[in-house]
Amino acid sequence: MKNKIAAAPYLVWMIVFILVPLLMVAYFAFTDKDGNFTLDYVSDVAQYTPIFVRSIWLALISTVICLLIAYPLAYILIGMNTNIQSTMLMIVMLPMWMNFLLRTYAWMTLLGNNGLINAVLGLVGLGPFKMLNTEGAVVLGMVYNYLPFMILPIYSVMVKIDKSVLEAAADLGCNSWKTMVKVVFPLSLPGVFSGITMVFVPAISTFIISRMLGGGGNLLIGDLIEMQFLGNSYNINLGAAISLVLMVIVLLIMTILNQFGADEDGVMVM
Amino acid sequence: MSENIVTLNDIVVEFDGERILDKINLEIKDKEFVTLLGPSGCGKTTTLRIIGGFLNPDSGDVMFDGQRVNGLPPYKRNVNTVFQRYALFPHLNVYDNIAFGLRVKKIPEKEISKRVAEMLKLVNLVGFEKRSINRLSGGQQQRVAIARALVNHPKVLLLDEPLGALDLKLRKEMQIELKRIQEQLEITFIYVTHDQEEALTMSDTVVVMNGGKIQQIGSPVDIYNEPTNAFVADFIGESNILHGLMIKDRLVEIAGSQFECVDSGFGENTPVDIVIRPEDITLVAPDEAKLGGIVESVIFKGVHYEMLIEGYDFRWIVHSTKAAEKGASVGISFTPDDIHIMHRMKDNEKKEETAENEE
Repeated sequence: MKNKIAAAPYLVWMIVFILVPLLMVAYFAFTDKDGNFTLDYVSDVAQYTPIFVRSIWLALISTVICLLIAYPLAYILIGMNTNIQSTMLMIVMLPMWMNFLLRTYAWMTLLGNNGLINAVLGLVGLGPFKMLNTEGAVVLGMVYNYLPFMILPIYSVMVKIDKSVLEAAADLGCNSWKTMVKVVFPLSLPGVFSGITMVFVPAISTFIISRMLGGGGNLLIGDLIEMQFLGNSYNINLGAAISLVLMVIVLLIMTILNQFGADEDGVMVM
Repeated sequence: MSENIVTLNDIVVEFDGERILDKINLEIKDKEFVTLLGPSGCGKTTTLRIIGGFLNPDSGDVMFDGQRVNGLPPYKRNVNTVFQRYALFPHLNVYDNIAFGLRVKKIPEKEISKRVAEMLKLVNLVGFEKRSINRLSGGQQQRVAIARALVNHPKVLLLDEPLGALDLKLRKEMQIELKRIQEQLEITFIYVTHDQEEALTMSDTVVVMNGGKIQQIGSPVDIYNEPTNAFVADFIGESNILHGLMIKDRLVEIAGSQFECVDSGFGENTPVDIVIRPEDITLVAPDEAKLGGIVESVIFKGVHYEMLIEGYDFRWIVHSTKAAEKGASVGISFTPDDIHIMHRMKDNEKKEETAENEE
């Protein structure tokens, strides 16, 4: 009884700010401006398939790059002594103390045609290179912004692996590479899956990064949705339909991912 | 000496300026069951880790089959370890845990399944192949850990307090089983424990350690009956340890009275420590013995009674199947055979010297 009373505020919160908005998205997606049921907007979403593909593709590349950077870093971290570990973790977290927008603006000034990087390259007679307003810049922005969300879950799972299990692997004939492949990696999979979730989901729906670093030519789903609600092509119903389709796609991808993750000790990562 | 499988020469390990191992010298013969015994922090686990290759000594040599193996990583040594808390791989089932070492060595699956089956039979776990590690009891996990190590056919098996987490009954069963396995496979076992009873039950040789030094090496019987100093006597079983004076060969003074004994070679008028085991003492009428006291307490211990006898300047522990009356006056009697004479321990000696100088 006590638990129920304590849970009530959270329940109200979830209903008002999560469930109701979701239902509203679904409502607007399946109705026209006069409130009549229609499937037009949902079927209209199909014409934006290239944008969906590009969004998923860029989010995928960013997630893989994050994983490739974060995993070895986490592995190196757990081998260090505790003081260095906490210092390194603080450095990883440090950019997150600053506003996301400011950090992305900083990249704009660095990557621009007259930016710092081209200026330095110009001194040695190279460039200028077009770096801003490219897909590469968008991926860079996503990796930079979401990397900590990959490092932290992997690190926190890895740091809990019993050191004597690693010694057992060495005792049974594993050098450090084999120990990594046969023991550390399988045991750290839950962290890898939650890291992938925490990077992939925000990356697929981002719009600020693509707007600022990708210019107009690299429109992503996030930008598309934003345009329907706040931009000049104002169309709430279409925006809701695109959002709904995006949610379904993310849900599908996460379910597939969880099928792999659940094999290990049944740990849920979502 | 080629029959020594493991030899430690002057091993020193220091950690943060503190000496964990102080010039350890140890020779372990092939097919021997050797136990490193001592209180926690005595250096026994450190010694084991040096043999296993998990730790390198600051100085001294580790020899294996006559070859120096300092700096050789664990995976290149023909040694396997049963870890204190088993350290089984939680992501693998029983079969895959046991097969792990063989798969790393790229042994054909057919051979692996034959050897794993042998091991499961050896440790009485047939039928548990597909069981998840998390669904095994402590005793079963212990067996998997032993099988996982032994399946590699190591020349030496290292066991780091492997029975510490088991309850008393299971521990006794596993003691007998480990001894059986060791005799059946004819492998050298190096076993670390703080449990003196465990050490005496299983070992061919017991190495008693304290403060990073080896106190005594010997057979269980030797260690129990002829402890070299008061620490060993006190650690191996309950003891009455008294200060005494060796008058001459075969004559010793204990608590003001002179007794015949069987020891010699300590010199004349030498201060010594004396051990008399509680079960060696016979309680007699007060006038029949040179020493005596008042029975202070009588505790029933199952097989025997444990009695504390308040003597003139010493409190005796006596084990007997017959209970004396509390408060009764008794005589304390023992035969010359029961008196074990030991050299006085070094720190005691120092204290004695300074005390004498002050006088």
